[in-house]
Amino acid sequence: MSTFRLPPNSRVRRDGKVYKAASDARKVRTFRIYRFDPDSGENPRLDTYEVDMGACGPMVLDALIKIKNEVDSTLTFRRSCREGICGSCAMNIDGLNTLACTKACDDIKGDVAIYPLPHMPVVKDLVPDLTQFYAQYAAVKPWLQTRTPAPPDRERLQSKAEQEKIDRPSACILCACCSTSCPSYWWNSDRYLGPAALLSAYRWIVDSRDEATGERLDELEDPFRLYRCHTIMNCTEACPKDLNPAKTIAEIKKLLAERQH
Amino acid sequence: MRPRPMSPHASVYRFQYTMIGSLTHRMTGVGMSVGLLVLVAWLAAAAGGADAYAGTTAVLSSLVFKVLLALWLLAFCYHLFNGIRHLAWDLIYGFERREARRSFRMVVAAALILFAALAWLLFCRGGAAP
Repeated sequence: MSTFRLPPNSRVRRDGKVYKAASDARKVRTFRIYRFDPDSGENPRLDTYEVDMGACGPMVLDALIKIKNEVDSTLTFRRSCREGICGSCAMNIDGLNTLACTKACDDIKGDVAIYPLPHMPVVKDLVPDLTQFYAQYAAVKPWLQTRTPAPPDRERLQSKAEQEKIDRPSACILCACCSTSCPSYWWNSDRYLGPAALLSAYRWIVDSRDEATGERLDELEDPFRLYRCHTIMNCTEACPKDLNPAKTIAEIKKLLAERQH
Repeated sequence: MRPRPMSPHASVYRFQYTMIGSLTHRMTGVGMSVGLLVLVAWLAAAAGGADAYAGTTAVLSSLVFKVLLALWLLAFCYHLFNGIRHLAWDLIYGFERREARRSFRMVVAAALILFAALAWLLFCRGGAAP
């Protein structure tokens, strides 16, 4: 259901701590960061950090790491590759879901607001619980399903054109930026699979080597799993890999319509 | 253990053209459904005889209903063009970000132009004022 108000235990207190920059800072930038400590028993709050960008790397992740190293070691977030391929540092920055490691601070006007991915259970600070998101990915059976035996002397071959169909959807890094940007997913994440899982489903539906296309489509032909997509397009706008989940969902709907004839 | 808090969503997500366009489509659709009830009331009154019709028409000619009629007209114009945008999407046209942004601007512009034309016909040429 569309519940706009956060539950009482989730409302964000505005009286967070403020960490001032050193007096000799050259280029001060203010970061307002969502904090939640599961051990404190308190509601989440917004902490304010002033960072000297003159002594900091250009990306939002650089600033987060600087804060954690030099100002407040309790700040908790996921990160790994720092080059946009692992998907760990997905968060809501300046109102949009993206990867902290590929988002430049200079591309943001004014103070930098950082929240965890929206409408998710928060483990701590900027770390959301992605259990359900991964379960939805598993639900589309993201692996090759075949009935016929593989050729004895070689792999199952594809033409270049067949491979190109799955190139883009295969580039998904499962960062969850798209699914957690989708209002439909916010209200129905218990039954709607969400853009990321549907993008993966499409990747296997159009794979020329896969032999379970019909079953895959059967699984998706459901008012909630697939058809909660109302083409809002937040997913495509959010994708840090420039993929197009909205378009692939429309392609699935089209395939379902076509097989009626 | 305390249940985990839910991270903020609608209150922090930037209200960009995607959500504005979709929400407006929803709201105009609901608004027109309500408007349909008024149309039904008017038709029922017409079927109920001259007195009932005259009474209902007097109410519908009031300023409040003229403002509502203008809003319904605007809702119709937006819903019409955004519906065509949805049809294009169903045929897998216009899904690139640049195209989607442009088509949203086109829908808003087309809706305003059609609204201006229809409003002029109805209100200025006297179509809605019996």
